[in-house]
Amino acid sequence: MSGLSDIGVKVEGDSEPEDGPTTRIGNALPILHEIETYLTRLTQGGEPATIDLRAMPLAPGDYETLQRLLGEGEVSATIDALGPTRVRETAVRGVWWVTHHGATDEVVAEFIEITRIPTILQTVDEDLVDGLLRLRDCLAQEGQAASD
Amino acid sequence: MAKDDDKEQTLGEVLRQQGVSRRGFLKFCATTASLMALPPSMVPAIAKALDKAPRPSVIYLSFQECTGCAESLTRSHSPTLESLMFNAISLDYQETLQAAAGTAAEAALHDAMKKFHGKYLLLVDGSIPVKDDGVYSTIAGKTNLQIMKEAAEGAAAVVAVGTCSAFGGIPKANPNPTGAVSVGDLMKSGQIATKPLINVSGCPPIPVVITGVLAHYLTFGEVPALDVHGRPKVFFGETIHDRCYRRPFYDQGKFAKTFDDEGARSGWCLYELGCKGPTTYNACATTKWNGGVSFPVESGHGCLGCSEPDFWDKGSFYAPLSTGHWGTAEGIAAAAAAGAAIGIGAAAMSRRHQDTISKEE
Repeated sequence: MSGLSDIGVKVEGDSEPEDGPTTRIGNALPILHEIETYLTRLTQGGEPATIDLRAMPLAPGDYETLQRLLGEGEVSATIDALGPTRVRETAVRGVWWVTHHGATDEVVAEFIEITRIPTILQTVDEDLVDGLLRLRDCLAQEGQAASD
Repeated sequence: MAKDDDKEQTLGEVLRQQGVSRRGFLKFCATTASLMALPPSMVPAIAKALDKAPRPSVIYLSFQECTGCAESLTRSHSPTLESLMFNAISLDYQETLQAAAGTAAEAALHDAMKKFHGKYLLLVDGSIPVKDDGVYSTIAGKTNLQIMKEAAEGAAAVVAVGTCSAFGGIPKANPNPTGAVSVGDLMKSGQIATKPLINVSGCPPIPVVITGVLAHYLTFGEVPALDVHGRPKVFFGETIHDRCYRRPFYDQGKFAKTFDDEGARSGWCLYELGCKGPTTYNACATTKWNGGVSFPVESGHGCLGCSEPDFWDKGSFYAPLSTGHWGTAEGIAAAAAAGAAIGIGAAAMSRRHQDTISKEE
């Protein structure tokens, strides 16, 4: 035995070093593999996918490990609908972290979406129509005001 | 109370009128799906179904009860999400919430029952007294049983809200002076029409369980999968003990012996202080209360088992579940030593229950 490094140590949960390459227990790694599968599918023209983080039994430290390994990307957005929803792209492009908050800012649901852009950010067809009607209404009123 | 002319509206239209955007609606659907343990891939389908679902007529009847169930529902902490469903429905009769009183209120009830015959959802809280021709609880000169019989006739489905209507609850506790029975009992004995019945037990039940059940019914047009006691499995599939954050202490045989000892301060298992967690099926340990703040065990008191039938008559709330380990030093030492074994036993017991309910499928 030459030193401490020869002694087998099992690192558990959030006590692992900050820059550790992987986590050895819990579900962080399996979730990352699942994301890898979905991302591969997406690059091959397949469907987007969503992972419900609330449905996963996460061991202590799993959540932090996932956040650390996926990192921070360059896009973030807040949607103000029934309390804030925070959407951000991770450093892994195409992997989005979506957190729904309630009226008092508590987390009500949390998802990882593997997609080009999360559904909740997109404008749906019905809203496009509503928007168009609103703009036409606005133009009509302005025209009315100008002619008065 | 809703006006008559908006009855043909869809749920989506009603919500948009209330200022809920389409993104907000999608968020509500995603949250509901997550809560009901449905896969996220189903969210678009749920959103589509709910958006087009006709605004349902709901009649909410209160019998032998304390109004705690209605309080639980209407005072939920995240009103925008949890009561969204409640705002979207057409609540045609609810004694505590309606503006109308006296004959006008009774007329509203009968109008709704006639107009939506065969379509309305009937929510019932409170048990129904049947002794001495049901004289112990009457509304507008009619006994609870008479009202229940009329209302059940035209209901599409019945939701028994709270332990009283699901199992009889406190009014049914020994010696049950009023002859109180549950809604299910009345169906079994043929005193009222048999309709699809969902028991949402708890004293009171968790508000989000009620809205979750309504969302499920409106989305799929059928009642969710139920356990042996008629409760939705997604919320009542596991015991408090199974999901309790203090469970590791139980498995290690670390128990609080009094409410102020070192064990209690260290957050050890409350089994010896009478916690009914191992035999109680409910979602308190995961959904928690007051906007997710805590639940009874987290606040330092054992579970009373309020979502189980006859919880009031199962001995002291402060006596441990299995007898013989209480009060003597010898017994407590034995309990501590047997901690792990009991843990395995309880786990096996709940697995058995799981097996039973999955066989029901």
